[in-house]
Amino acid sequence: MKTIEIKLPDVGEGITQAELVEWHVKVGDVVREDDVLAAVMTDKATVEIPSICDGKVVWIGGDIGEHMPVGSPLIRIETEADVPAPAPETAIVEEVAPAPPPAAPATPRPHVPHLASPLPDASQVIAAPAVRARAREAGVDLRLLNGSGPGGRITHEDLDNAIATPPPGTGRSSARAPRTDMQEEKIIGLRRKIADRMSLANTRIPHITVVEEVDVTDLEALRTKMNDNRGARPKLTVLPFITSALVRAVGELPQMNAHFDDDAGVVRRYGAVHAGIATMTDKGLVVPVLRHVETLSLWATAEEIARLSEAARDGSAKREELSGSTITITSLGPLGAIVTTPIINHPEVAIVGVNKMAIRPQWDGNGFVPRKMMNLSCSFDHRVIDGYDAALFVNRLKTLLETPALIFVED
Amino acid sequence: MRDLTCKLLVIGAGPGGYVCAIRAGQLGLDTIIVDARPPGGTCLNIGCIPSKALIHAADEFERLTSIAKGSPLGLSLSNPAHDLGKTIDWKDGIVARLNHGVAGLLKKAGVRLVTGHVRFADGKTVDVTSEAGTQRIKAENIVVATGSVPVELPFLPFGGKVISSTEALSLRALPKRLSIVGGGYIGLEIGTAFAKLGAKVTIIEAADRLLPQYPSALSKPVQKRLKDLGVTLHLDARALGMSDDGKALVAQIDGAEQKIASDKVLVTVGRRPVLTGFGLAELGLEIAGPYLKIDDTCRTSMRGVYAIGDITGEPMLAHRAMAQGEMVAELLAGLPRAWDKRCIPAVCFTDPEVVSVGLTEEAARETGIETISGSFPFQASGRALTTEREDGFVQVVARKDTHMVLGVHGVGAGIAELSSEFALAIEMAARLEDIAATIHAHPTRSEAFQEAALGALGHALHL
Repeated sequence: MKTIEIKLPDVGEGITQAELVEWHVKVGDVVREDDVLAAVMTDKATVEIPSICDGKVVWIGGDIGEHMPVGSPLIRIETEADVPAPAPETAIVEEVAPAPPPAAPATPRPHVPHLASPLPDASQVIAAPAVRARAREAGVDLRLLNGSGPGGRITHEDLDNAIATPPPGTGRSSARAPRTDMQEEKIIGLRRKIADRMSLANTRIPHITVVEEVDVTDLEALRTKMNDNRGARPKLTVLPFITSALVRAVGELPQMNAHFDDDAGVVRRYGAVHAGIATMTDKGLVVPVLRHVETLSLWATAEEIARLSEAARDGSAKREELSGSTITITSLGPLGAIVTTPIINHPEVAIVGVNKMAIRPQWDGNGFVPRKMMNLSCSFDHRVIDGYDAALFVNRLKTLLETPALIFVED
Repeated sequence: MRDLTCKLLVIGAGPGGYVCAIRAGQLGLDTIIVDARPPGGTCLNIGCIPSKALIHAADEFERLTSIAKGSPLGLSLSNPAHDLGKTIDWKDGIVARLNHGVAGLLKKAGVRLVTGHVRFADGKTVDVTSEAGTQRIKAENIVVATGSVPVELPFLPFGGKVISSTEALSLRALPKRLSIVGGGYIGLEIGTAFAKLGAKVTIIEAADRLLPQYPSALSKPVQKRLKDLGVTLHLDARALGMSDDGKALVAQIDGAEQKIASDKVLVTVGRRPVLTGFGLAELGLEIAGPYLKIDDTCRTSMRGVYAIGDITGEPMLAHRAMAQGEMVAELLAGLPRAWDKRCIPAVCFTDPEVVSVGLTEEAARETGIETISGSFPFQASGRALTTEREDGFVQVVARKDTHMVLGVHGVGAGIAELSSEFALAIEMAARLEDIAATIHAHPTRSEAFQEAALGALGHALHL
């Protein structure tokens, strides 16, 4: 038997430290080779640390949320040649009806482990059945009480006292009883990064938000036709159209596709359009980046969006795929509300929010006709974008989306 | 027939099912219970109750024959005789009375009793087939309590001379030579009774001792008594099948094949849960080994489907099923309940009787608990001497640190009636001092428990 120490590995070029975001094991756990031990986060990528051997965890080297230098001891595992596997609860016989016990040799007997009750566990409370029943009805966890009776037995009086003054952590079962519990969640990892970036953007950038309604009836007709004949290609959503329209619009208003370095007092306008696509994942919001959208056809855009959002969701997105955007699109699809006030992805200067689509009556001069309508809620950095330009930009997007042929015609 | 609907449907009117239904009815739940047999299940119809009746009759007869052989008490008697047919009639009368009693309790609680065979249509619907036709029942909640049946050996299928406990408890003529395969409690209870009634009983057991699921100290007095009654025991032996002419049981005994001429061959090698043949398997409920998987509130993996009793695992005992049934009924009535029983007493109605409640010393040690124990033999009990039964003892096992009683085990005549005091001590979280300080009436067999507790504390009075 020996003890092996696993150190925090070099998880990326130029990375000197990483934040410990998750322990998959605790001291005493039996692990197998390649089992995930912990997850650490660098910049925006999460790296899982696997075990290099079978064995038992005897020591862990940090708390969740702690920043650890590369090379520092992460975990120690006691290992030997044949570590017994933990008693698998999964060793369940698959058949429902047990066949009669197998034929000879021995006169068979179904295995009877213990005729008595299941073994009492160490945490079992010492209390009479009536006390236990009353405690259950009152919603009191007897494990939290100290018994005043002989041998630490919890008496009815102990329970009465506990009901009169509930110790912290015990709740009353009645739905009308005041709830005094509170859960504290440490904001770590991706959530902390989101929090930091949101406060940065919202405290530094004076936002102006422009909302415009867009008649997407024709766009939807086009999209449906294209999808009908798409063959093996993935289905087109509205997002690739909006992205392509965006490329057109920033061509005319290049100040929208820019970074404002407010410390240096410089606005950098970019020729390339790197569109950030805000994406919801299990762990929170991430923004994978569609690089050089200006070079992509509509179908290529669609495929790249699908690939990137999948990569973001399953955590396989590379670092360069999660940074470097010059303008961002945020869309919640059917949950997209009527109006939103998007927060700009700092240091960008504009963000396009896509609201949900709905059929609404529109006046065509003679009467009301049903049209597919969708709002765009776009925010701009008011320090460098005037309201007039903001309105112009949104209007340009509206025109392109309402007459989608304009997106594709050559100048 | 019009469909029936109910809040709770209980499938199986054994001790688990009928207790569940009665309690649910008391709590105002609209309840239906279904069974093909008269209410009472295996326990009442073909199990606990019939066997206890037969055992009592056999005990009474054995008392007469032993007096006839000569009694130190100064009693005499000649030529006692029995008529097994009449005994069975008497037993059937008791069973019928109890069937009627259970049906009455169900009615009093407002429970509808439907007779017929059940088949699940889905997790909320069953079809009940009887001579009258098929009745569909839809229920918000279903409690499955279908119990267990004797395990059949492939090389000794039931039929002809080969019988299960069910047939053994209805024999109207005494088999002169009875062979029993399996030396667990069911085989021993019935075997002892037939031996006392005059049958030549042979027991084949695969393990090296009887009652292998109990501590060996408890099975020894039983083994000795069986020998005194003239029962032949073959341990480390295996049954192989019936002989070609069907007149004898063939078994491997001491390494050699032997033929044991038998009028009946009773196979008691355990019981298996009834989970197939009525559409339950098609629901795809999660299983645990041969049993249905349940949580601490008897829920299965399907919402609204509960399971209690033998189909949920060991120990397969009526009183466990009853407690589960009561708990599920109260849960369904919205009361906060969960399984938190500390012990389930296990009793063998052998001669002498065996009781095991809670942890044995070995089991406690396996969990890493340090124990102390004390035991008291009935040889030192005045009451035992005056009833001519001084075999056996009571042993108490307690935690070394707190003296909390973890287990009580014993063997002795009539000790089944002490099992409740043992169980009460454990459920109440009694310490050895509590038992020792409780006045136990003198002279009774229960004093042995108090003395065992005193012994564990190091100051037994009567040893």
